[in-house]
Formats: sequence, structure tokens, C-alpha cells
Amino acid sequence: MASKKKITNIITYVVLVLISIIWLFPFVCLVLQSFRSYNEMGGGMVDYVIPKKFSLDSYRFLFDPSSNFVNWYKNTLIISIFVTIGQTAFVLCTSYVLSRMRFKGRELLMRFWLILGMFPGFLSMICLYFLLKQFGLTQEGAVPGLILISVASSGMGYYICKGFFDTLPKALDEAARIDGATRAQIFFGMIIPLAKPIIIYQALVAFMGPWCDYVFASYVAFGNSASYNVAVGLQRWLFTGDYQGYFTRFCAGGVLVAVPVTILFMCLQKYYVEGVTGGAVKG
Amino acid sequence: MKENRIAGFFKGVGNAFGLIGTAFSKGDWKTKLSFIIMGFGSLMRKQFARGIAFLAVEVLYIWYIVSFGAGYLKDFGTLGTVATREEPAYFNGIEIGKTTVFGDNSFLILLFSVMTLFITALFIIIWYINVKNNYESQVRLESGKKLPTNKQDLSSLLDHNFDKTLLAIPVFGVFMFVVVPIVFMILVAFTNYDMNHQPPTNLFSWVGFENFKNLLSIGGSGFGSTFFTVLGWTLIWAFFATFLNYFGGMAVAILINKKGIKFKKLWRTILVMTIAVPQFVSLLYVGKMFAKDGLINGYLMKWGVIDQAIPFWTDPTLAKIMIIVINVWVGIPYVMLITTGLLMNIPEDLYESARIDGANPWQMFMKITLPYMLFVTGPYLLTSFTGNLNNFNVIYLLNTGSPLSTELTGGAGRTDLLITWLYKLTVNDTNYRMAAVIGIMVFVVTAVISLVVYNILPSVKDEEGFQ
Repeated sequence: MASKKKITNIITYVVLVLISIIWLFPFVCLVLQSFRSYNEMGGGMVDYVIPKKFSLDSYRFLFDPSSNFVNWYKNTLIISIFVTIGQTAFVLCTSYVLSRMRFKGRELLMRFWLILGMFPGFLSMICLYFLLKQFGLTQEGAVPGLILISVASSGMGYYICKGFFDTLPKALDEAARIDGATRAQIFFGMIIPLAKPIIIYQALVAFMGPWCDYVFASYVAFGNSASYNVAVGLQRWLFTGDYQGYFTRFCAGGVLVAVPVTILFMCLQKYYVEGVTGGAVKG
Repeated sequence: MKENRIAGFFKGVGNAFGLIGTAFSKGDWKTKLSFIIMGFGSLMRKQFARGIAFLAVEVLYIWYIVSFGAGYLKDFGTLGTVATREEPAYFNGIEIGKTTVFGDNSFLILLFSVMTLFITALFIIIWYINVKNNYESQVRLESGKKLPTNKQDLSSLLDHNFDKTLLAIPVFGVFMFVVVPIVFMILVAFTNYDMNHQPPTNLFSWVGFENFKNLLSIGGSGFGSTFFTVLGWTLIWAFFATFLNYFGGMAVAILINKKGIKFKKLWRTILVMTIAVPQFVSLLYVGKMFAKDGLINGYLMKWGVIDQAIPFWTDPTLAKIMIIVINVWVGIPYVMLITTGLLMNIPEDLYESARIDGANPWQMFMKITLPYMLFVTGPYLLTSFTGNLNNFNVIYLLNTGSPLSTELTGGAGRTDLLITWLYKLTVNDTNYRMAAVIGIMVFVVTAVISLVVYNILPSVKDEEGFQ
């Protein structure tokens, strides 16, 4: 009996190690290839993982003013920060109201937003583009434009946060109201401090979004390399640029993008798990 | 239930008209004048905060309509008749060059008409609130009660009207950047807006249901066969992407949860890497790994396993399999995270008694774990399925929907989903009319699946089932 258990445990470990290798392999390759010299084999794709000569050429290129990478990075960071603030505020406001207050049209609003959510987001892409263009928020103004789009519609993503508010006992609100607190005082003084885990979750998700935003970013910034974000810029390097030369540079850029985001995510992982688990169960 | 709601709606509208009637017949001159000058009654009754707000809405609306809205709305029926064109310019009767004569712009006419219609509807609602409010104030005063002061009005925005304060901006944002664009695009599906009709030099106009006919017509230049091929693959993809990830993720979670396995946190952290690293980095890189001259082919050739590169992305069937497999790599960690905690919630004594009854692990999984998990994560499965129907990133970043095929029209590739096809139609072909139709179809598919599945979900039917 004991030996049988040992065998199954060993098998489990073997499987887990295999899984780990599969999951980590691409990332290890990515990091290693980013250190490959640009000159050796022209910087393109090769059939070996460990570089024959380590060099920082690709990283040096990223920080060269001609590459625009620093610009892209700055754009993405600015978008991320503003989107995080805006989306979190919008979502908190909406979910508090929908969870705690009863008003005419509440059901209607929720149903309507649910239906709106079933339309694919790209459907309205051209329309949004021209809408932004009216205000000069495309091409050169793509950064504020993208912030505006991401924040404006974020009220619709209230589900997970509302689910969290629903679990906070209503007796708290009622007690505070008997003590004469206004709704606003309850919201700012009591609910927001209690909602810390969900605020962190919301902020984390909002912050990570713009780093992967390819579709809208490429459309809104179309043709203006200076206002690309990292996703659009690096994708261009890989597909339309001289990609043999740019492959290692893409790897280096990818590493620089992935490292801070990954570290941030790993630090706040606990909150992320709470958020997605709660959201998945409540739907 | 549904009829009740519709009946309720008409009843509400009827009541509203009734109230307008009473307000007009029984109202005093202050109330009556508020029909034309919004907020007049409130101002006369010293409710300045309300009065000024109503008046400001009216002034803004009139200014908007006169200076902007009406000009576009009058061309809504035709979407513009005069295109922008070049005409010879004369100086003292001699032609000296060309000058641009600005005409209509169908796009802006359609967009701003939609916006104006919405704003008008909103204005009518506010107008109604204004009438109701004035009449109610009048009745209140007549019955000897006091009206709320300005200060009370304003501070109520932080108390029992706090919902309006908080929702105002988010609702406006959704309205401007989601509702208006979606209505606009639905209308585009009924026009001939494509690469040959690009305003302002070539106007587009209404064509009725022509685009929908085109979508369903098979053969010739019709989109029919392509549409059904792409739709089929979209459904197959969503099915595999959802369920392979679901069972794979659950299996991994069970492995890690197993008693006697050490370093649980380490295994989880390794898997979570794929969530943490931005998808465009990981997916683009993995896509290149399997390219013709990529790492995998390179190694296999070096080791002499194959002589020729495996066409991972150029063979349609292989590309589809690759996408599904790589999506498992992307998706398992999510499911693992979600299910880990839930699996631990299953009461241990259920397994204990099953073990005494002589059940093997497989039976326990099928009889205890799976039913519980399906029950709890039903809603997640549904959202995950509809999310996969629209999973742009995995397809587009891995291989941009290639390989292209001559059998497919509209620039669609063999692994394109409806959503990536929509993107290509918009960006590459500027075929907005068909993109709009496809978008509507995506909505229809999502809505139908959601409705049907939602109604058969056990956790919806029987909320107490497992508690």
C-alpha cells in the first residue's frame, strides 16, 4: 500500500516537472535569445537556444533614440496608469450603486448592459476612430484617445466587483445610516476601505490590459510610430519590419515588457486569484 | 412574465401621458409656462438649483440642435447627395487650378444623426421630468407642505440621490462610446459603405437588406460559403478551447492538490507565468517558435527527425490543431487557479465514504468531483465559451488567421474566427458594410448560445442544489 502511494507520487512529480518544463520553455528561450548578438547570423531566428556569444546589442538598440522603443514604453505606461485610475473609479461607483441602491430602471440598466456586452468590441472600431478623430485624439493624440475609450466604457465591467459588494453585509450600511451617515459618507468612509482586495484586483486587471492591447491601439495610432504602444510596436517589428534583423530585438523588448508586469502580477497574485474565483462562481 | 413586462412598459408610457395631461389642465401659470420654458416654475418657487439645471438643459439642447444636430439630421434619409469634389478655379475668367468644393459626408451624417436622435430622446425624458416635477411642487404647495430647499436638493445628491451622482459619468461614457457606435454600426449594415464608397469623395447610401442577402448567398461572389465555414470553425474552436482547458486545468489542479505533493506553491507559480506575461509577448514568440524557420523545426531537423520543415502554420488542419494545443498552454493556468480553491471546498467525508464503499479514484472523480465542479463553475463555462467565440488574441497573434485560401472570400484565412475576419474586413479591406453584418451575426450567435445555455444551467435552475 505504502509503496503504491510512493509510485503514484513519483509519477505525479514527473508529470508536474514535465508540465513545468513545457510552460517555462518559451520564456527561457525568449530571455536567452534576447542576449544573442545582433551580428551573429544577422539576428534572425536560429535552430539553437543558448546563444554562442552573449551580448547586449539588442538591449542597446532598444534604448537608441532611433528605435522609438522608449517612446512606446512611455506611452503604454501612461495609458496603463490613467486607465487603472479611471477604470477602478468607474467600476467602484457603478458596482456600489448597483449592489446597494435600488432605483427605477436598475434592472433595465443591468439587462441592457448585458446585451450590449454581447456585441463584439471591434464592431464599433471604425466609429470610435472617427469619433476620436473629431476631437483630434488619433495618430498624434492616440494616447489620450486610448485612455478615453478604455475608461469611458468601463462601467460595464462591474460584475466581479458587484459580486464582492453583494457579500458585504447590508446591516453595516443600515447601522451607519441610523447613525446619520449619508450615502456618500458610507461609500467613501466605509465601503471603499472594506473593498481593498477587490480594488487591488480591479486595478491589477486594468493595469495589465493596455500592455496587451493590440487591436484598438494599432487602429487609433495608425501610421504614427511615435504614439504606438509596446504591443503594436513590437508586433510591427516581428511582421512588417526586416524581421530577420529584428527578431532578437523583439525578444529583448518582450523581456523588458514582461519582467515588470510579471513581477507586479506575482506580488498581487493573491488578490487576482480571489477576484477570478469569486467572479467565476458567481458568473 | 415577458408579456407583463411589455404591458408594464405601455402602462408606464400611458401614465406619463396622463400626467402630462393633468399637469396641463390643472397646472397654474407657473407650471404651464414650464412646458415651454423648462424649470420656470422651479425658479418662481425659489428652487433655484433645479430651475437652473432644467433651464440649462433646454438652452444647451436648443443650441446643440440649431448649431449642429439639425444640419445632419435633415440628410439622414439620403445620407448626403453632394459629394466633395474638385472644380476648376477661375481668376478673372481664366482657369488657374483646382479648388475643393466641400459637400456632404455620409459618415458624419449617419454618426451625428444617431447621436442627435439619442440626445433628443434624452431631452424628452428630461422635459417630462421637468413637467412632472413642476406639477408635483405645485400640488405640494397647494396642500400646504414645504418644498425642499436648494441646499437640501444639492445635498441629496450625496445621499438618497447618490446613485445618480455616481452613475452619471459611467452611464454617459457607455452611452457615447458603446451605445452610439453600436447603433451606428448596425445601421451601416444597411448601407453600401465599403472601399468604393468612402466619404467625402464617394458617398454611401441606404441599400436595405442587400448585405444580409450577400452574407447568405452561396456561390459567385457571395459571402455565404465563407461565412458558414468560418462560423463552423468558430464553434468547433470555442468548444475545444473551452472544454480542453477546463478538464486540463482541473486535472492539473487535482495533481497539485494531491496529498503528499510538496512545493505546491512553486508549481502554481510556474503555471501562472502565462497569465502574468503579456499575451502579445508570449503568443507572438510561441507563434514564431513553430514557424517554418523557427526553433522547433530547427531542432527537429538538426536531430534528423524530419528532413523538411513541418508546415505548422501553412497546413490548415495542422494550424487548427496547433492553435487549440497552444491555447491549452494559455488557458490551463486560469482554470487551475479557479478550480484549486473550489476543489478544496468539496467535503472530505464524501470521498471518505466513497472509499469505504470501494470506489476507485476515477469513479470518485466522475461521481463526486465532476458534478460538483460543473454545478459551481457552470456560469464560468458559459462566459468562457462566449469569450472564446471572440478570442481575438490567440488566433491573430499566433498566425493572423492564415493560411489564406482561394475558396474563401473576403480575405478570410483557414483559421480565422468570425471576430478576426471582422477585423480583417475592417482594417485590410475597408469593407465596412460586411464587417457590420458579421458583427451582428457574432452578436446573434453569442446571444442565442447564452440564452439557451443559461436556461439549462443547473445552478440557475436549482440554486440550492449543492448547499
